[in-house]
This record gives sequence, structure tokens and C-alpha cells, in this order.
Amino acid sequence: MSVAPQERGKGAPQERGKRAPQERGKVVPQGRTLLPVVVHAPRGVGHLRGDESFPDAARGALADTQLRRNLGHATATIRDKRAKVVGEVDDWEALRTAGKAIKDHTMARLPELLTQLEANVTAAGGVVHWARDATEANQIVTRLVAETGSREVVKVKSMATQEIALNEALADAGIEAFETDLAELIVQLGDDKPSHILVPAIHKNRAEIRELFARTLPGVDPELTDDPAALAGAARQHLRERFLTAKVGISGANFAVADTGTLSVVESEGNGRMCLTLPETLITVMGIEKLVPTWQDLEVFLQLLPRSSTGERMNPYTSLWTGVHEGDGPQSFHLVLLDNGRTAVLADEAGRETLNCIRCSACLNVCPVYERAGGHAYGSVYPGPIGAILSPQLTGIEDNASLPYASTLCGACYEVCPVKIDIPSILVHLRAEHVEAQRETRRVPTAEAISMAAASWTMADASRWEKAQTASRAGRLLGRRRDKDAGRIRSLPGPLAAWTAARDAPRPPAETFRQWWARDRGADT
Amino acid sequence: MTAAVPGRDIARETVLTRIRDALGPDPVVPEVSRDYVTGSDLEPDAVVERFAERVDDYRATVHRTGHAELPATLAALITASGAGRVGVPVGLDYAWLTELPDDLEVVRDQPTYDTAALDTLELVVTASTVGIAETGTIVLDASPDQGRRALTLVPDHHICIITTDQIVHTVPEALPRLDPTRPLTMISGPSATSDIELDRVEGVHGPRTLHVIIVTD
Amino acid sequence: MAGRPRVALLVTCLADTLFPDVGKASVAVLERLGCEVVFPAAQTCCGQAHINTGYQRDALPLVRGFVETFEGFDAVVAPSGSCVGSVRHQHAIVARRFGDEALAQRAEGLAARTYELSEYLVDVLGVTDVGASYPHTVTYHPTCHSLRMLGVGDKPLALLRAVHGLQLVELPAAEECCGFGGTFAVKNADTSTAMLADKMSAVLTTGAEVCAASDSSCLMHIGGGLSRLKTGVRTVHLAEILASTDDVPAGVA
Ligand code: SF4
Repeated sequence: MSVAPQERGKGAPQERGKRAPQERGKVVPQGRTLLPVVVHAPRGVGHLRGDESFPDAARGALADTQLRRNLGHATATIRDKRAKVVGEVDDWEALRTAGKAIKDHTMARLPELLTQLEANVTAAGGVVHWARDATEANQIVTRLVAETGSREVVKVKSMATQEIALNEALADAGIEAFETDLAELIVQLGDDKPSHILVPAIHKNRAEIRELFARTLPGVDPELTDDPAALAGAARQHLRERFLTAKVGISGANFAVADTGTLSVVESEGNGRMCLTLPETLITVMGIEKLVPTWQDLEVFLQLLPRSSTGERMNPYTSLWTGVHEGDGPQSFHLVLLDNGRTAVLADEAGRETLNCIRCSACLNVCPVYERAGGHAYGSVYPGPIGAILSPQLTGIEDNASLPYASTLCGACYEVCPVKIDIPSILVHLRAEHVEAQRETRRVPTAEAISMAAASWTMADASRWEKAQTASRAGRLLGRRRDKDAGRIRSLPGPLAAWTAARDAPRPPAETFRQWWARDRGADT
Repeated sequence: MTAAVPGRDIARETVLTRIRDALGPDPVVPEVSRDYVTGSDLEPDAVVERFAERVDDYRATVHRTGHAELPATLAALITASGAGRVGVPVGLDYAWLTELPDDLEVVRDQPTYDTAALDTLELVVTASTVGIAETGTIVLDASPDQGRRALTLVPDHHICIITTDQIVHTVPEALPRLDPTRPLTMISGPSATSDIELDRVEGVHGPRTLHVIIVTD
Repeated sequence: MAGRPRVALLVTCLADTLFPDVGKASVAVLERLGCEVVFPAAQTCCGQAHINTGYQRDALPLVRGFVETFEGFDAVVAPSGSCVGSVRHQHAIVARRFGDEALAQRAEGLAARTYELSEYLVDVLGVTDVGASYPHTVTYHPTCHSLRMLGVGDKPLALLRAVHGLQLVELPAAEECCGFGGTFAVKNADTSTAMLADKMSAVLTTGAEVCAASDSSCLMHIGGGLSRLKTGVRTVHLAEILASTDDVPAGVA
């Protein structure tokens, strides 16, 4: 069957962005292009783009007092837990420094390390697949499941498979995917969307979850209470049979170790162990950045991740496997390595460290914007500060243009990030990329761009600046007291006018500082 | 299958080429400085003490016993659990099981047992490979005295035996003792979830009860 | 006078135009402690608002202007954590983005000599008791950029504790952002307001008469909210409190 050429032309992604010559024609294995190939995650597949801009999407969440309470309570709880267990580690900063260095090191050697991983997984009896994007990854996984003859799969929570909308792709092929993580189950039963990396149902409280279970779980005890232990028990019962009979498991990976070919899933409930151990076939979908070079490197991340993520010294279960283990667990193992825009992130030196993320979600829990707007406002499966930088980089800035602005740049995320990703600086960088992109593509500049340019011109010269200040005070004298705009300083240059218009700004004083200085201290310096 | 191979190669080469292009000709490869703690500053006894404390912290139950008393301790624990059918891995030391009550059904795991068979076990007893004091963790590596992974997963109650020489203080001390070619499971307390209001609840899909017996001599 | 520290004041565009008292207070404190304060009149704006809104190209002349205006001084002091944060962490990035490595290096050199007011007082002058008197109950909001970009820690609190007559009350959830964020308050006004509401209720639970901070922009944001609610709680810049003495008390209007 000559599927391959057709795959290139049709099934293969509609790649946007700059294409290098060999992308169209024959691939030159070791070749390097002159123009960097920047291929973002394609449109029309996956969950990386929202329907609304962040401010619009946030409005609903802000008005939902129940949601605000749920989020406030949950994030405060996890923040405190994290602070406590991080506080007891004397060498935390050294671990963060090492974590960052290992990841930076990994990115710089990515081609070599990925091929090393591939060789080691293959040698251990696994099969490695490469997926340029979401469409291709979904095709590969669907084909692999179909080849087993199974019509259902059990899944461990995985950001990568949410990103590519694997469940939807499997459903299209008549394969049912069962999410087994409690929070994912809650989301799936409620036909809802995840709103947090670690706890996708963080937006729901116990009473709402009880109501959902009572309504959707077949054969559930009508007396079911909203005690979290009882709810967890109901989920156990519901999934037990599914686990014991499943033929195919699908997972993500927290880490892959290049020098041993080992994969790892870090989890709490045991649903991960179930999916990784009981089925005959295991398919793991992993972003190409989830790599560490050596076995020793795990000693850093197995300390950083649990404490940052669930606020525990160690999560209940960490599974590590290397290919196929004879007589133990799945006898068929497939690893799908996913690009889907990651190479585009890698291509931007100022944003590259975004790929260092280990998806602990600490940055979400400390983010005052996330706490109030909730995860859905970010549109993508990656919410919070990491989402605000990762999603626009994966999709190209124009498809998630409001996200880099969804932050006050308060820096709380950077402070907690276990791999020290300087999220505020990347946000500022992406804003600049967005503005520059608009400058290139728009025939008519935005009103904001005009006002910023004007402000720059005014402020580049002290005498022009002084004239603008004087004009602003003229407004003060003219404005009627009752007029709500009386104190507003419309004639101030760009940012200052915008800042003061957003708030009840004070009326301009009778004299600017520089006028006072000139009057009080005589001549200008 | 053959049709998939060219597609695979194209995807592979494309992704690798994109990465090389993204990195440019001479990416700077930073050195990794490991200034974190890799050893231990605790006396061996204190390490064991810390281990017991931390395992207990995650609501696993800790018992301490000498080699000589181990069979009796084990028997008492199993009797107290009320379990009637107990699974053990093929390589578990027989001497440990000498004092079990006669009416107890002890099943040695066999490769032919499927998941349904494992599901009939109420309790499982295993040895372990490494204990990590700092994090209250036990590591199993599927050796003959620990059994395949499913054996310690499906039954609802796990009794795990560890000797003091297997316990290290820190995570970095533990990893060199592990063999990456084996299937490894790190266990820190019983199965748990924090998915509802971030409240930790013990007992979801993995064993809901975990007992750890530290053999102290 | 030989050995007398000479300080160039970066008053910030916001204080210059809207909060001149903050500038005057900064001068008063520094002079009281024996500094010679210079106000280079060529200064305008550090460019932070441009940079944080994405207009780095438009910020470039402002960065260059800042460097040229202040380069000749041994120390630059500003009563703003965020402006100093921008100078220290952003100016060189802007210069490099547009390929001006020479400017980037000059900016880095200058950044190392640019201080937020409390840093300069505590770290450089080595003073915590600046001889101020301010008989009021005060709560302090440590603004994000002072706290996390500059790492000023509890220097402002140390200064406040030494103020005669001042009663300092702890602000609950003090380290949480007030929701201003410059362009954020404009583009995400709803979320910004929700954050402000929480900050205001935290301030109100303290029972303080005055909410102090080291950044006029955050104070403008919090103060706007507090005055709209007619809470009677005032916002006052740290510099104004430190400048206040029994002879010349800070205005309590
Ligand atoms: S960016 Fe850092 S803090 Fe946020 S999820 Fe990733 S690793 Fe965790």
C-alpha cells in the first residue's frame, strides 16, 4: 500500500510559517537549511486555541462567585502545602539551578539525545514513532489502537494527548477513551474542559462533583455523600472493571531518560500504574522536550516535581519502565515523539526556556490572575502563566495574541518555578514579538501603536515632554469639577493617559516636580 | 506495517532537521553544576528513624521488628487484616511465612495468573529494593522477592518488608542503587488523590492500605 | 564637601507629572542624610510602560536617553521599584533586540549603579533610622517589582519601623499583586479590578489610616479604589513618610 506519499500531501498537516525548500521536496537527512524552519502547531486540530480573547473569556469567570471561591480555596490550599515542603529542603535553590541547567543542556543537545533515546527504547523492545504535529500523532495512535483490535483504551492524564485532542480523534475512529485520573474523569463525565494542569477539575467543588457523579455514574449509590473519600471510592468502583479488562493503555510521560531509554510517569492515585501495567499494549505520547540526558538527572527532578506540584515530599507512585519487560506489564510498547510547534519554540532563543517546563503547575497556583480568571479563560489546555507563554509560542503569536498580556508581570510564577523559567521576561518578549509582527503585517497601525510612537517621540526629548505636561495641566484648569473626566489627563503621552484613564486618577497637581525644582533650586542641572 | 515506515522516516528526519535548524550551527551546551546535596549528614540510625517518621507521615503504617520476630509480626498483621487469601511473589523468603495461620490461603504468583486471578487476592506481601528516608519512599524493582508490578497493584492491601541496609537518606543516594533495565515502582504511602478541592484523600486505585515492616537487625 | 555622596534623582515620569510630592520627599530624605541631590532635567521616562506593552522599538530612544542623561553619575536613585526594575533588567535587552550592543553594555553599567530609594538608604548609606516622624497607623504593600524583580526584601519595613511615632500593622497577603500591571489594568480591566478589590479588603482589615508603598503607580491604583469607596484610608509613598518630621510633617490631606 502506498500510503506514505499521500500522507505527505494530504493527511500531513497544513503547515504554516516559513517553509524551507526541503520541506516541500525530498528530505535531506543531515541537511541544514539557510532559513530556519518555523512550523507552528497547525490550526483546526487540538486544544491550543480558545474561541475568545483572554479578557472576554475571563469576564464570565470573574462574575461566577462560586467558581471564584472554589479556585481561591483550592489554590490557597496547594500554595501553603508547597511552601511547607519546599521550606524544609535546604538545597532547594541548588536543585532549581541544576534543574534549569539540565534542561538547558538537554535542549542544546536535543537531536543527539532524542536519537539516543530512540535507540535505547528500540533496543529494549519498544517501537518509536515521530509525529510532526497533532494530526500525525493522532493518526499514529489511532492506527496502533486499531491494530490491536480493541475499541477502547484506558488513559492516564497527559497534557500532550489533551493538547492534540487525541480522545476526539479516537472517537472519530470509533474508539472510546476512558480517562482514569479522578479529575480527568470529572471533566470527561461533565463534558467539561480541564482548567488546571495538575487538577483539571479544580474549578469544581465537592458538592458539584457529587451531583455530577450521582447523575452520570451508572449504578452509583444514591446515598453518595460529598465527602472526598466517598467520591474517590465511587470513582474506584466505576473504573475498576475497566482497568482489569483493558487491552490498551495510553499515557504521557513526565520524563524520558536518554541514556537508558527509561520512561516515567509520576502520579498519585494508582490509575497510572493500572494503565501502565495491566494492558497488553501501552502507547506513550511525549513532547520531544520531556527528555533528560542521564539516569542521574532524575535525582534532581524527582525532588523538584512532587514538592512543586502536589506539595508532597514524594507523590504516592512513580513508575519507571524501559521498553518491554518480559513477563511484567505490556508486551507491546510504543513511544510517540511529538513536535507540534515545539521546534518553533526552540527556534526563538529568548523564549526557548519555555520548553524546560516540567508541568508542575506551581506557577498557576501562585498566579493572582489565574486565581481569579480561572483556567478556561486561557483557551488552551495550558492555562496560567506557563500557558500564557507556551500556547502563543506553539501556535504562533497571532493565534493567542491576548495571552502574553494576561499578566501583571508580578513575578510570583518565576519565584516558584522549579526550573527557573523567567516567565515575566518571556511575556514581555512575546508582547514585543506581537507588536513587531503587527508592525510588519498591518497596513494601518493600531491606535495603540500610534499613541505609543507619539509618546516615544514626546518623551525622547525633555522640552517636548515638558510641553505635554503643561498641556495636561491646562486640562485640569478647564475641566469642570463635576465632569468625571475633569481629572483625567488625556493629553498625557500614551501609556500615562491609558493608565490614568483606567483608574480614578488624581487631578494633576498645580506644579510638576521639574517646575518645582527649577523654581526652588534655580537653574536646571 | 511496511507502508508506515517511509512516513515514519520522513517525520523523523523532518523533526530532527527542524530541531537542528532551530538550534543553529553551534548551540551553547551549558555545564550542569550539581551543588545540591547528594549524600547524607545523618547517622544510620537516624536515617531509619527518619524513614519511619516519613512513611508514617503519608499514612502508611510502620512496624519494626527483628529478623527472628518477623514471621510472628507478619502473621499478626495478616490475621488482624482479616484477609483470607494472600499473594506472595515466587522468590519471597519462605522462612518469613512459617508462622502464618493454617487456614490462610497463601498463593505464590505465577505468570499464568491473569488480572482477574490477581483480583481475588486480598493482600500481598513482598520484599523491597530501596527505601528513601527523606521522602518516605519504598522502591520495588520486580525482583523475584517483589514480584511483577501487577502483583503489588491489584490487591487492596500491601505489606512490604524492608531491611535497614536498604534504607538511604536522600533521593540522590537511591538512584545509583536502582537498575534502570528493571521495571521500577516508587511508592510513597497508599494510593491518594488531591483532586477534590486539593484535599488529600487516601485510597483510590492502588492498594488502599500499606504496611511497612522495617527489619531492624 | 568632599566625600559627600552625589545622587542623581530619577524622579520617574509619573511622579514628575502627577505626584511631585514624592519627588520632593525623596530629595528631602536624601539631603537630610547628607547627599547632594542632582536632578538632571534632560530626563523623561525610563521606557518601562513602552517595554511592558510590547513597544520595545519605541522604548529604544528612551533607553538611550536614560543612559545619556544619567551615565555621568555614580548613583542614580528612583522612588520606584518598577522603574529601577526596568533599568536593571530590561534596558540592555531592548538595546540588544535592536542590535545596539554598545548601548546594551552602557545600560548594564548604569543599571548596576541605579537604586530604588530604600535600597540606596539601607544598602549604600547604611541607614535605617532616617530621623523621620509620622504619628500614624501604617500598613505596607510591598510592590511586586520591588519585592521580586529587585529583591528589596524587608528594607522598606526596616525603614518604617524606625520612624518615630509610626505604628506598623501587617498587611494580610501582602505579597500578592494589587492588580495594576500598567497595560494590564487597561487590557484586562475586569481581572485587574477583581485583584484590586481583594487588595483593598486586605488593607481595610488592618484598620490602618495609611497604606504605603514604594511605587506611585501601584499607589495610584490602590488609592483610586480606596477613594472611590470613600474608605478614608489614604495612600502615601514611602518617601513621603520618610521625609516627614515633627517640624515638617507630611501632608495629611
Ligand atoms: S513553568 Fe515552571 S512552575 Fe509553571 S508548570 Fe512549568 S515548571 Fe511548573
